[in-house]
Amino acid sequence: MDPVLLVASIMVSATPILLAAIGEMVVEKAGVLNLGVEGMMITGAVVGFAAAVSTGSPVIGFAAAALASAVLSLSFGFLTQVLLSNQVATGLGLTLVGLGLSALVGASFEGVRAPGLGKLWIPGLAEIPVIGPMVFRHDFMVYVSLALVAGVWAFLKYTRAGLILRAVGEDHESAHALGYKVVRVRLAAIFFGGACAGLGGAYVSLVRVPQWTEGMTAGAGWIALAIVVFASWRPLGVLIGAYLFGGVTVLQLNLQAAGAKVPVELLSMSPYVITILVLVVISARGVHGAPGSLGRSFHAST
Amino acid sequence: MIRLEKRPQPSRLWTVVTPLIAVVLTMVVGGIMFALLGKPPLEAIRTIFWDPLFHPQFAGYSRPQLLVKAGPLILIAIGLSIGFKAGIWNIGAEGQYIMGAVTGAAVGLAFYPSESVLLFPLMVVAGALGGWAWAMIPAVLKTRFGTNEILVSLMLVYVAENILASASASWLRSPEGMGFPGSRNFKQWPAVHNDELIANTGLHWGVVAALIAVIAAYVLMARHIQGYNIRLTGEAPRAARFSGVSPARIVFLCLGISGALAGAAGLFEVTGPAGQITIDFNSGYGFTAIIVAFLGRLNPVGILLAGLLMALTYIGGELAQLMLGLPGASIQLFQGMLLFFLLATDVFTNYRIRFAKGELA
Amino acid sequence: MKRRTLLASAAMGLALAAAPAFAQDKPKIAFVYVGPVNDGGWSQHHHEAAVKMKEHFGDAIEMVEQESVPEGADAERVLTQMALSGADLIFTTSFGYMDPTINVAAKFPDVKFEHATGYKTAENVSAYSARFYEGRAITGYLAGAMTKSNKIGYIGSFPIPEVIRGINSSFLHAKKANPDVEMSVVWLSTWFDPAKEADATQALLDQGVDVVLAHTDSTAPLSVLEKAGGFGFGQAGDMYDYAPQPRLSSIIDEWAPYYIDRVQAIIDGTWTSQNVWQGIGDGMVGIGEITGPVPEDVKSTVLKMKDDIAAGTYHPFTGPINKQDGSAWLADGEVAEDGVLAGMDFYVEGLTAEIPN
Repeated sequence: MDPVLLVASIMVSATPILLAAIGEMVVEKAGVLNLGVEGMMITGAVVGFAAAVSTGSPVIGFAAAALASAVLSLSFGFLTQVLLSNQVATGLGLTLVGLGLSALVGASFEGVRAPGLGKLWIPGLAEIPVIGPMVFRHDFMVYVSLALVAGVWAFLKYTRAGLILRAVGEDHESAHALGYKVVRVRLAAIFFGGACAGLGGAYVSLVRVPQWTEGMTAGAGWIALAIVVFASWRPLGVLIGAYLFGGVTVLQLNLQAAGAKVPVELLSMSPYVITILVLVVISARGVHGAPGSLGRSFHAST
Repeated sequence: MIRLEKRPQPSRLWTVVTPLIAVVLTMVVGGIMFALLGKPPLEAIRTIFWDPLFHPQFAGYSRPQLLVKAGPLILIAIGLSIGFKAGIWNIGAEGQYIMGAVTGAAVGLAFYPSESVLLFPLMVVAGALGGWAWAMIPAVLKTRFGTNEILVSLMLVYVAENILASASASWLRSPEGMGFPGSRNFKQWPAVHNDELIANTGLHWGVVAALIAVIAAYVLMARHIQGYNIRLTGEAPRAARFSGVSPARIVFLCLGISGALAGAAGLFEVTGPAGQITIDFNSGYGFTAIIVAFLGRLNPVGILLAGLLMALTYIGGELAQLMLGLPGASIQLFQGMLLFFLLATDVFTNYRIRFAKGELA
Repeated sequence: MKRRTLLASAAMGLALAAAPAFAQDKPKIAFVYVGPVNDGGWSQHHHEAAVKMKEHFGDAIEMVEQESVPEGADAERVLTQMALSGADLIFTTSFGYMDPTINVAAKFPDVKFEHATGYKTAENVSAYSARFYEGRAITGYLAGAMTKSNKIGYIGSFPIPEVIRGINSSFLHAKKANPDVEMSVVWLSTWFDPAKEADATQALLDQGVDVVLAHTDSTAPLSVLEKAGGFGFGQAGDMYDYAPQPRLSSIIDEWAPYYIDRVQAIIDGTWTSQNVWQGIGDGMVGIGEITGPVPEDVKSTVLKMKDDIAAGTYHPFTGPINKQDGSAWLADGEVAEDGVLAGMDFYVEGLTAEIPN
């Protein structure tokens, strides 16, 4: 088994869930639990594909996907933040809407071929032996996803806006008392999360597969949710989690391809079991990790 | 900007009116969607909402089927609603439903081909225990380590799905199935077949259990001290602790009830309408039940009605596909819209809307 | 074709004779699919065959379809509603519909049912399956002949007899073309997950495989092969769009002729229950045009093999064949029995992996 190819495959396989998970992490950091990631991803997959096919430009496809999913996520934002509906139920509804809508929109794009996305060799770095072909010879979205992780990390850690976002997520009453616009911050976070999920979906339909088929995200959105938990709401953890989840899948397929006997079911449930164990470990240490206001509606009584 | 003013008490009037408004809105927007798809909108809506109940040709069959479809949804949603009232978010009912079915089926098949009348009750108990045990995992982790139950219960759904896959492909596979995945069919085993109790009514043990659960939940929440404790824990956790309610006990109680009911629902389904353990046995009942619980405003009677409404959109949606050739995805979208409108209009029940100058908080 | 035209004109004669009754009550033919009708694979090809059938009969029949029907309780309800709506013949196009079909058929003795890929029949229930392993012999041979690395890959869904038969047939014939060939099998535990199918294809390529046979529903493997290099085959449909690279040929689900025959039998009133397993010779399994850089001698070999299979002079499972553990299965010249093939749960000699579970 060639480790270079393996790592390169894992990076491609992990990118959609990494994109969706980093977005969802920001949403959850703001104290909102959006279970509609699957619905937003599939919307991104179909809109991205349609836009890329119509314009011939994958870049426009990704932009359109991000925008469409972000706009869709605002319906969730409006319901949960302005009309104070329950986030769990609304998120599930968003998934239903996304799956239904994407199938209707996408019907005319079945069997159509997508414009290819060229590899972007990072000058200099791509020539490094072993590391070069592993890490520095991917399409631009792989780098975008990594840059997003770094960006989110820096944003949350070093910027004032990031601090406000975390404050809103930890304790929305106090944040409100301090004069922060809880609802606005959350809507912005939801919008960002939607855009990221849209990019992730479009990566599936434009790069990883590449084609449009109804229901093609096949549960990736739910995996993204698991990764956020696995990461205990830290950007670096999201990166590790996404690569680990992607890695387990790719590794088990590679092991099978290499002729090893693999307990398929055991391996495919292992990421979830590991996630539970991680959750237990972080909560046993007393650091709950989860933002204090996660999933709770906020209504300013004054 | 819109301002919301919390009502001192949920409005009774709006509790009744909002679902109607939501249904009408869904009909209007859904009708536009059907028209865009080139289908007659009025006919489509009539087929979904009216025909399953009153169509001369179908109603005789589809009316009882409403019960069959709604039964598991109601049974699971009742259990979930009790936990939701206490602020305990079990969203892994799908996993508990699967584990109930698998455990109950495994216990039953261990005695194949026994004709004992005790076997079916034993399987029901085993199914409920299976679901209960699966729900105890997040309960123990929450009380012992403070682990978030939303996420643990959700993760356990995927673990359960993999167990289901392996059960249907190997250890519960029917020896007479020519190597195909899937267990023996319980419908061909009269002793354990959860058949209609009265022909052509749709009434099987699972529906009976759902109706009993509705009444029991009503009594528990309205009359019983534990119901009061559960509500108190949800509304004012600190006050609950001061008055001596153990939070851990509430967690075990709520997750236990919802897990056991979901497990029992799985068992009733596998021995009844579904007939066998197959790889796709779970068709999302556990997740749909969450929607039903919220549509029913976490109120037992509301859940009963919401379960029936949900079942109506499923069966009506099937009829619309059959009669008018509507694509399956449009029905899914239609259901999503209904849910969105119900959730959106719910705000009127708890809040007064004021249009005033002001900024978004 | 001639036979069918004949049948059609006979039907017209009959229709004219029975005109008054006929005009009022057109036969209603119903189809149930497990996936969406545009899944690119299994359900889509049943749907396309249904449409062809409808075009063949035109206004003489009425057709209704229902997609994405889950197997189990929902299927039983959908089938009952179809029967109640006056359907005369219902095609249930997925293995998981077997028990629901039998149950509903028992309640509607006057409605006829046709269940795909199962083994249970009744007075008013037929079973029909395709001998896809005949097609797999052709694609397996091409895979063996075209691999440069001597490594070919097979993407399987679930380890059920249908898939195991395909693997064995492909491998045996790949070996005929190239005695040094090795085959890797990857199980996905799903019929449909484009991303996973794409990953599996990539994993096989990474292992040095250069020809991939797929037994899952989507066209994802071909999309990956097109981009990454390597060869593959159309599955369920012709997928000619992918020729000449990566598509070499295809196994086509040709349900239309069967559907036309059976609907004709309903119109004629000659429908009786049967259990058929049809292959290339009956036209239920089609082999797409051979494209790409396939050498002429290979091409003529497989075309001859195809003709021999169609004529019944060659059976893809003809001895000597040993089982994986080296024990003898078929003696020299012996042909596999249908019963053994139907329940096949073992690999043939030379395959290195084990069947899961």
